[in-house]
Amino acid sequence: MTDIDIAQASRPVLTAKDFASDQEPKWCPGCGDHAVLQQLKNVMPDLGMPPEEIVFISGIGCSSRLPYYMATYGVHGIHGRALPMASGLKTSRPELSVWVATGDGDALSIGGNHFIHTLRRNLDLNVVLFNNEIYGLTKGQYSPTTKIGLKTVTSPNGVIDHPFNTAALTLGSGGTFFARAMDRDGKYLRSVLHRAAQHKGTSLVEIYQNCPIFNNSAFEAFAGQENKDERTIYVEQDMPLVFGKFRQKGIRLDGSTPVVVDLSKGDISENDLWIHNERDIFKANLLARFFDDPLTVENFLPRPFGVFYVEDRMPYEDALTAQIEIAQKKGVGTLEELLKGDSAYNIK
Amino acid sequence: MSEPISSTSKHTVTPKTSVSVLFAGDSGDGMQLTGTQFANTVAVYGADLNTFPNFPSEIRAPAGTISGVSGFQLQFGSKPVYTPGAKFDVMVAMNAAALKANLKDLHRGGIIIACVEGFDEKNLKLSGYPEGANPLEDGTLSNYIVLKIPVLQLTREALRESGLSTKEIDRCKNMFVLGVLYWLYSLSIEVTTEMLHSKFGKDSTIAEANIKAIKAGYFFGDETEIFANIGRFDIAPAKQHGTYRRVTGNEACAIGLTAAAMKAGLKLFLGSYPITPATEILQTLAKFKKFGVKTFQAEDEIAGVLTSIGAAYGGALAATNTSGPGLALKTEALGLAVILELPLVVINVQRGGPSTGLPTKPEQSDLMMAMYGRHGDAPMPIVSASSPVDCFYATYEAARIAVEHMTPVMCLTDGYLALSSEPWKVDTGEHLPEIKPGIMPERQADDPPFLPYKRDERHVRPWAIPGTKGLEHRIGGLEKQHETGNVSHDPDNHELMTRFRAEKIEKIADSIPLQKIDNGPEKGDLLVLGWGSSYGAIKTAVEQALGQGLSVAHAHLRYLNPFPKNLGELMASYKKVLIPENNNGQLVHLIRDKYLFAPVSFTKVKGLPFNEMEILEKITDIIKEL
Repeated sequence: MTDIDIAQASRPVLTAKDFASDQEPKWCPGCGDHAVLQQLKNVMPDLGMPPEEIVFISGIGCSSRLPYYMATYGVHGIHGRALPMASGLKTSRPELSVWVATGDGDALSIGGNHFIHTLRRNLDLNVVLFNNEIYGLTKGQYSPTTKIGLKTVTSPNGVIDHPFNTAALTLGSGGTFFARAMDRDGKYLRSVLHRAAQHKGTSLVEIYQNCPIFNNSAFEAFAGQENKDERTIYVEQDMPLVFGKFRQKGIRLDGSTPVVVDLSKGDISENDLWIHNERDIFKANLLARFFDDPLTVENFLPRPFGVFYVEDRMPYEDALTAQIEIAQKKGVGTLEELLKGDSAYNIK
Repeated sequence: MSEPISSTSKHTVTPKTSVSVLFAGDSGDGMQLTGTQFANTVAVYGADLNTFPNFPSEIRAPAGTISGVSGFQLQFGSKPVYTPGAKFDVMVAMNAAALKANLKDLHRGGIIIACVEGFDEKNLKLSGYPEGANPLEDGTLSNYIVLKIPVLQLTREALRESGLSTKEIDRCKNMFVLGVLYWLYSLSIEVTTEMLHSKFGKDSTIAEANIKAIKAGYFFGDETEIFANIGRFDIAPAKQHGTYRRVTGNEACAIGLTAAAMKAGLKLFLGSYPITPATEILQTLAKFKKFGVKTFQAEDEIAGVLTSIGAAYGGALAATNTSGPGLALKTEALGLAVILELPLVVINVQRGGPSTGLPTKPEQSDLMMAMYGRHGDAPMPIVSASSPVDCFYATYEAARIAVEHMTPVMCLTDGYLALSSEPWKVDTGEHLPEIKPGIMPERQADDPPFLPYKRDERHVRPWAIPGTKGLEHRIGGLEKQHETGNVSHDPDNHELMTRFRAEKIEKIADSIPLQKIDNGPEKGDLLVLGWGSSYGAIKTAVEQALGQGLSVAHAHLRYLNPFPKNLGELMASYKKVLIPENNNGQLVHLIRDKYLFAPVSFTKVKGLPFNEMEILEKITDIIKEL
């Protein structure tokens, strides 16, 4: 049994419904946010914590309305600043389960500085990044993850900003957990969120989330039934990197270069393939670079989903608590000591 | 007092009540350390004192130039001392640039102790003296007493056998000068020798060399003839018996926050980003782990305040400290704190602005920003500190208001208070006001539904902290419905909430003391109304004016928003009100706006605090014209 399972056993059983607030979600019909909300509610009982010990913090944007719909504690903050607010809360109250709902604009544009620094600090936060590759709430401007060439209201001739690669940015910032999932893969998303919750450290889950109004089908290349199998790869610990409708393709490392190989001819077997190891930062860095647009790149690498990387590193708040415990070994400072200081002198 | 080394001096000893000394040299000459040591010694001796460091924002500006001059000024005396002195009586000039930069502030007839080697050809040229001119030689200093000491040569001679390199020996020259000053003011070298031993260890060669340099300077005083005409001085102790400590304003802020958290039964959290001249608050609190303090050095000013808001939501006494440019970056978040109605202390250590402005120089020019510098109608209480020690009490009061009234509070200090120091009779903490957080208890099954924005008679909402069963609630920066806190775009509700937020701050006036007169008659010709760090200068000037028989009083504002309830009435008891400020006239606007009359504005925007002479002159001028 994991720690989470044990904790759960000693508490009343909660269900997803216990985590639904009395507020009606106000997202557009068909928005991917509904699906993510559902999976978050589904995964909450796994925490084995009562709702009052869970806090959702968000910034600004469509996805940042999420805290209103959870029957936990929650703060809907200001644009880009969910991560520092969550960091302050977690630092002062390490026992709480702190979740962050953020979007591509919120986390990677206006909040970009907080994003990289939060990841390197590695507080035990669960960050759910809704990436719809567009600004939805302000009605359709391109975001830092929008693909080159997309025509939007602020890029009438097509986007010329090179987009961020969230996975590479996370790993480059010293993040200790990165996973990717898709809004419509309900069960899979839930399993990824569960893994994120288990991770002690900042877990970053990037969710490809469809905006039906301003950027519909942005992920169709990976999500569409006809293409999904050939253009995506779902990584699993200790398993070879295999994909395709008939599991007929694999990824082999040619030196440090990943190449797609054909398993159907019989000269290459699954034993020859790259075996996924989420503890291997070098492999995770390669995986993060599987970022080709299948519509424009020939011999593209499939887009990976699943847990790319996990590292055990003491979270910031634990290190701080440890320093305080050491400082208080000889006793907790009193008001009298504080006011007297250590350089007081007597005048007789 | 006992001296560990005894003077065989036959010099006369003249008693004095107070003296102002400036230690000035190149930024690399160790003037801050020398001044601090001298201040520590006079503090332990029992004199009252006030210090003011004045240094460039560059860590190592070009050596020998005017821009590289670093100064440490202090006034000490046997009666209460409120300022570092408008002008100094004694100036230590380690080089020509130090002399040139500061001579205008030396009293006529004052003493210049000059390090001769700092007036060589190179130094004279770097400090811009015309070729061939040397102020020590050419008679231009005939209005002063000039004592020329070959400090470097004497230090080298004293430390010839110390085993140190020449470079290391030369670094001890400030200690030689310190020894001379200890001799001159009949002070013991003990405090400094103890410091050197504890810093470098008992057997350290460095400590021994420094002590030897101090002693050499001390004995030089005895032996040399140059002091024959002026002799030595003695200043009787001022402080009554008791335990004292010396604090800077920044240290006092840090202690004030910690004390407030302890009294309130809360954990202290400081989210911060380094900025001159506020950083020492973060540095001091980072050392307070023993008291359970958590500090968070954030990636930027915005994260500094946001981490604090997060901690406040979690039930901590949360604070952030900054200076002008940082406060500008925090403004959006402060609006969030206003609408979330969470307690937060914002300590703004004001410096010269706008923009990067004068980072190491004090100013009082963020009052308008504190008052109005947020979008929307976003009122915030403002308190200000009037002296380094008062930074403790102002910060404590800011925390009390924040916690008890569920609001962010701005505590204004400035670069002068932040870095200046004065003795503080150790506070036992007994008389500090209680701080009672309105934390909502767990909700029982038959309790009515929890309403996060249900206000009490003061319009204060409850503090509902995560982890408390039954109080799960969601709040945010969007306008909230009265009582429920749910998102609301209802026009009438927004107006209602805007009024509540304003009235909540106004109602704080019910719980703060009435404005008192600090000194002078309750009715009269002139009231000098000050705020912040001008306290000492106004206090001294008004004392002197009263001594001259003028009808003048001094009131100093702790509360700038809301004002004390009796302020209007109090001002009306005088024919005129004078408001001195280190800005272009900001408090005067607020007073005019609220009380509809015109006080006399007196402004100084030089990156320097007021001195008592300037204010006394202004008082005299106004009363003359009445």
